[in-house]
Amino acid sequence: MAMQSSWRQRLLEPIFDNNPIALQILGICSALAVTTSLAPTVVMCVALTVVTGLSNFFVSLIRAWIPSNIRIIVQMTIISSLVIVVDEVLKASFYDISKQLSVFVGLIITNCIVMGRAEAYAMKNPPLPSLLDGIGNGLGYSILLLVVGTVRELFGSGSLFGYTVLVPVTEGGWFYPTNLFLLAPSAFFIIGLMIWGLRTWKTEQIEPTTHTLAPNTRPLVLAATAPSR
Amino acid sequence: MEHYLSLFVRTVFIENMALSFFLGMCTFLAISKQVKAALGLGIAVVVVLTITVPLNNLIYHYLLVPGALAWAGLGEVDLRFLSLISYIGVIAASVQIMEMFLDRYVPTLYNALGVFLPLITVNCAILGATLLMVERQLLFAESVVYGFGAGVGWLLAIVSLASIRERLKYSDVPEGLRGLGITFITVGLMSLGFMAFGGISL
Repeated sequence: MAMQSSWRQRLLEPIFDNNPIALQILGICSALAVTTSLAPTVVMCVALTVVTGLSNFFVSLIRAWIPSNIRIIVQMTIISSLVIVVDEVLKASFYDISKQLSVFVGLIITNCIVMGRAEAYAMKNPPLPSLLDGIGNGLGYSILLLVVGTVRELFGSGSLFGYTVLVPVTEGGWFYPTNLFLLAPSAFFIIGLMIWGLRTWKTEQIEPTTHTLAPNTRPLVLAATAPSR
Repeated sequence: MEHYLSLFVRTVFIENMALSFFLGMCTFLAISKQVKAALGLGIAVVVVLTITVPLNNLIYHYLLVPGALAWAGLGEVDLRFLSLISYIGVIAASVQIMEMFLDRYVPTLYNALGVFLPLITVNCAILGATLLMVERQLLFAESVVYGFGAGVGWLLAIVSLASIRERLKYSDVPEGLRGLGITFITVGLMSLGFMAFGGISL
């Protein structure tokens, strides 16, 4: 029983308590670039979760035989072989979406989530927990990406997965599409605000300040008695 | 000459690696607390990009493209499915070689950049620039300019973000937004600013 709960914890912990994007600062590049509409976002999430899970699994399988000074190269080779497989599968079965994602499928290789988890977790733990840790981190990334993708597509073009939900004015409806949400910077604002929300809920994630405001040391002078300047 | 100049300006400002393509974001956000560190990392990125993008360009044109191996009697072989793994191999190897070279001959620079060099292998800006270069089918000379320009643009972005964050630490930010949250908002505003370059046509 205890075993089971620890497995579940391993899978679910990265989703809110230790989210790769919101807390560990990993894998942000693709989170911002692919989220203008929902379909590529979903494909990206699935691809990343698969790659992270499998790369963790394989790195962990051979962890005892990897010499530590060339481990980065070994990990890179495993990860890039997996990404090549994913890339070929996408090109074969979802050609349009793979065109839309363009270079970002290849960039899963340098997505820090994959590398970071392989280095921080899979090198020290047995294969099955590593697989779960990889999938969990992939899910944590996916949830954030899906929320961003939903917000951007819904408010940016009034549709979800390409189906119109809010009928825009140009088609006789009432909704004015907000172009800002289709532009690059909106993703930063959305993620920034989401981090704010998450940290208001989970207060232990708040970062300590390096500087605090000193209390006001000047005597309080009432406006009526203040000397005129 | 004019063509290269306009390519350079476009890569630095209009198609800024960090602020319009979001490449290299992880290190961009993590190593931008101090201007000095940001400058060191930025210079290392410029150097690595200027070396690896042209190198990968040569590999693509002379090894991977279908028909590139005709001199070896392998005219029909299409090795493009190996592209990702060979690019990342080139990047990892050249970072490693650069590290050893600097350690041996330019120790002062090595001490300044030392910590950041291994980080660069996993910086998506490097691989991203290579993949974009291939997607746009740039020629060799263009790829040199493109690599250098992409690096300079990234350097510009990270140094300006670091300067803003150095000021920002004295300000009274709402609790949950402190640190990473406010950094995201700042980068969003910077990115909006950089979009103003978008209308320029060269």
